[in-house]
Amino acid sequence: MCNTCGCNVTDANRHLLDDPAAQAHETSAGGAVVVLQRLLDANDREAAHNREHFDEHAVLVLNLMSSPGSGKTRLLEATIDALRGEARIAVIEGDLETENDADRIRAKGVVAHQITTGTACHLDAHMVHDALHHVALEGLDVLFIENVGNLVCPASFDLGQHRNVTLLSVTEGDDKPAKYPVMFRAADLMLITKADLLGAIEEFAPERAIRAFRDLANPGPVLTVSAKTGVGLATWLDWLRAEIRAQKARVAAGETLRPKVQPEGAALHAHDHEHTHLHEHPHTHGDGVTHSHPHSHTHAHGHAHSHGHEGEHRHEHADGHAAGDDHDHAHGG
Amino acid sequence: MHELSVCQALVDQLADLARREAAQRVTAAVLRVGPMSGIVPDLLLHAFPFASAETVADGAELRFEHAPVRVACRRCGAETDAEPGRLVCGACGDWQTRLVSGDELLLVSVELER
Ligand SMILES: Nc1nc2c(ncn2[C@@H]2O[C@H](COP(=O)(O)OP(=O)(O)OP(=O)(O)O)[C@@H](O)[C@H]2O)c(=O)[nH]1
Ligand SMILES: [Mg+2]
Ligand SMILES: [Zn+2]
Ligand SMILES: [Zn+2]
Repeated sequence: MCNTCGCNVTDANRHLLDDPAAQAHETSAGGAVVVLQRLLDANDREAAHNREHFDEHAVLVLNLMSSPGSGKTRLLEATIDALRGEARIAVIEGDLETENDADRIRAKGVVAHQITTGTACHLDAHMVHDALHHVALEGLDVLFIENVGNLVCPASFDLGQHRNVTLLSVTEGDDKPAKYPVMFRAADLMLITKADLLGAIEEFAPERAIRAFRDLANPGPVLTVSAKTGVGLATWLDWLRAEIRAQKARVAAGETLRPKVQPEGAALHAHDHEHTHLHEHPHTHGDGVTHSHPHSHTHAHGHAHSHGHEGEHRHEHADGHAAGDDHDHAHGG
Repeated sequence: MHELSVCQALVDQLADLARREAAQRVTAAVLRVGPMSGIVPDLLLHAFPFASAETVADGAELRFEHAPVRVACRRCGAETDAEPGRLVCGACGDWQTRLVSGDELLLVSVELER
């Protein structure tokens, strides 16, 4: 298969990457060696290792990403307040400099470890692994990893998280998903934040932001929240509670989960975790099992939740599918 | 500049390979880097001399294979070209597509001097 260079990694030959024998396959001809290995292979391995730690303790791990100042830390502060006594939370903070964000979290009585990356504009799996020596996973329900504020680099590095949550604040412009497609494609959930400013910033139309998000072929839910006024927070908390339950159910069933959009490395390492299904777009049922279907089964979530009608929009159906309001179900089979 | 991190990882991989193959030097590396990988080939090219200085990969040539953004439509089944910021079906316009090419970040092959 790889006697000649120019291996196309497509769906048609992707199985070759899943096959450890093929992965190790090399042909030496005239000093050329075929490798077919992901450039971030070392990071991917460490991320898989982190994920094993998380699953060992049935902790849900969420990677929060956004541009600087979109409200990641403030959302965490509000979330900690809302779930006090209900969920046990810890936070790993990533910043270029300062302990400010970790101090804000600690002021809420929650364990926080600050990773200061210095010049690195993203967290990687090794940094997170080091941080785990400072954060006890025992008894935790959820570990938030607040990535470095940056819409580009963090998207390329798997940390071992189960879900990616990408924030877009209304002051940033509703075209950001189109401008930062790698980041927004990786989002399992998009949060439109600082919703209290929507009235002041007419330029931001949640529908346009959602349109741009869908145009990245992302069927993930979109919620509009304000950490300041609490608008939309209940729906976010419901999503979070459902994810925590789903993680415990997965672990009980011996399964794990990776974010929906996976870099090539996930396919390369699929054999490390035999119960994960990485092909097609997996979706999570209420029973916590991630399924892949050869036929598409996508639920669209096209409503902007920007009107402060808290609790009106249920995001879970009885069967546990997260779903929004326009019920644009496509059954491609 | 996460390309520097990626370059460092690449140089480590090249050093491992050279060791395994008992090679003196890596003279070229062929990469396949799709636009949806989040890595910019040009930036890799710029970072590589710094990351590879005084390693077995010092002076190696980086070559990039073309990795077009292609999507398969879940509605109409067509496979078409797409833009990184707009992964909709080129045939019917529907957004419910699946990326079939364009997110690769692979070391495809290397050329060694033994
Ligand atoms: N009006 C309003 N302001 C908010 C909201 N959420 C956050 N802010 C403000 O926005 C600024 C940045 O918020 P942070 O929570 O620090 O943002 P961040 O994403 O953690 O920032 P970095 O960690 O530096 O990337 C602060 O002044 C917050 O008080 C909100 O819902 N409404
Ligand atoms: Mg912060
Ligand atoms: Zn493996
Ligand atoms: Zn189509």
